Amino acid sequence: MGVTLPMYLDHAATTPCDPRVVETMMPYFTDIFGNPGSRNHSFGWAAEEAVKKARQQVADIIGADSKEVIFTSGSTESNNIAIKGAANMYAKKPAGETGRGHIISAIHEHKAVLDPCKRLEKEGFDVTYLEPGPDGLITRNMVEGALRDDTILVTIMWANNELGTINEIPEIGELCHSKGVVFHTDATQWVGKMPTNVKTDNIDLLSLSGHKIYGPKGVGALYVRRRKPRIRLTALQEGGGQERGFRSGTLNVTGIVGLGKACELCAQSMDDERERLLELRNMLESMIEKELDVVQVNGHRDKRLANITNISFGFVEGESLMMAIKEIAVSSGSACTSASLEPSYVLKALGVGDDLAHSSLRLSFGRWTTKEQVEYAGNKIIEAVKKLRDLSPLYDMHNEGIDISKIEWAAH
Amino acid sequence: MAYGDKVIDHYENPRNVGTFGTQKEIKESTDIGVGLVGAPECGDVMQLQIKVNDDTGIIEDAKFKCFGCGSAIASSSLATEWLRGKTLDEGLDIKNTEIVEELSLPPVKIHCSVLAEDAIKAAISDYKHKQEA
Repeated sequence: MGVTLPMYLDHAATTPCDPRVVETMMPYFTDIFGNPGSRNHSFGWAAEEAVKKARQQVADIIGADSKEVIFTSGSTESNNIAIKGAANMYAKKPAGETGRGHIISAIHEHKAVLDPCKRLEKEGFDVTYLEPGPDGLITRNMVEGALRDDTILVTIMWANNELGTINEIPEIGELCHSKGVVFHTDATQWVGKMPTNVKTDNIDLLSLSGHKIYGPKGVGALYVRRRKPRIRLTALQEGGGQERGFRSGTLNVTGIVGLGKACELCAQSMDDERERLLELRNMLESMIEKELDVVQVNGHRDKRLANITNISFGFVEGESLMMAIKEIAVSSGSACTSASLEPSYVLKALGVGDDLAHSSLRLSFGRWTTKEQVEYAGNKIIEAVKKLRDLSPLYDMHNEGIDISKIEWAAH
Repeated sequence: MAYGDKVIDHYENPRNVGTFGTQKEIKESTDIGVGLVGAPECGDVMQLQIKVNDDTGIIEDAKFKCFGCGSAIASSSLATEWLRGKTLDEGLDIKNTEIVEELSLPPVKIHCSVLAEDAIKAAISDYKHKQEA
């Protein structure tokens, strides 16, 4: 088959930069190198002009006003500014005291949301981590059930990075607005793939990242709502007062220009792209389900991004599966490769058993993923699982009708 | 993670894969010892079976199945190779450190060799147990 190896099917981790993005960035390294903060000469004005254009491009893809876009180094920073900044701004009591306010998040959020929340817990805030059902979704009702009189912030990701599952973001936003609670969403996996309108989707703060949408690494943005309600944040980083004071530091002009172009390109192609990738993903999932028993597609079957699939294979272990398909770059649901032996906390949150959580693959497709690639990967995975099941004592037991969960294993 | 050549060789061409029968049949055969160690939630389960000549006490055949990473598969594959032709006592002398050395296992994979040693000991003990019964 006409595929080149190694093959990249891990676009939820990062994407290659689109050559058109790189081309747009190039002049800003050398010719148009000015500091947009230099207000008194043409070098600064040219850079400022470029940033202004990019800010509009980013604003357009999320339905925001360009004044509401803050450039950052990426989603991790955006999440930190949003979560810590809002918590500290809207705290009920000053630093050093307890009972400073209540925050709602979810246990299967990205670490870049969970860790700021944990930090805030140490600083006197209470955090509720919602637990999803087996479908992985966080719903408006779940959030409503957790709201308290002292809730100041809700932070729920739009689409989950491991599963692609889509939470009830506009509904949660509406609920938050009706209660006067600030609402942040980490939209890293969502933006650029799905139509977004922060105004009608009721979002106050939204994080996005350049490198997930064919832009450069090291640049992202935070949307901060300015009207109805106007969101205020305590800045984490102090200095020159750039980005309305929310994020001091000389702007990363080349990165920002690249992010803007990446947004523009995604906006043009996302509808066709979504349809194309959905077809490829359906093809892969049906190939696998036709050929293999005891497989499970994790997360809600329909409420998922088109480009991500997370599949568990019973009775095979994740790291050996990765080894068998080593020429195909995917993510393992198991973190064994990082030597921690812990299955994915996201899959655990869904109640996926340890045996299945240990053998999960996340495949995520992108702009240049072809049908031939997906077919090749599907066949390779099927072959590998069959081979490993021939080796697996657990698969034998399963076929002999022995319930593995009833065996007393000597844990080590 | 980069794997050593020997791990890759055993992983791609595992030696002596299989069983001497169903779980039920094995339980009833007095000349077969089984070691089943590890746990699914830890990501490793090794099943090692030895067939022993009752007269000579020599391990005539060994087979394995393994649910685990490449290093766990290689460790158990290697264990079957080493066990064949050995007496029970010689089998008990196999140390996990020898497996580590032979396969050049990195520190994070030492537990795979420990598991293989455990499986050997468990299989021999199971055989002895059946003989005494």
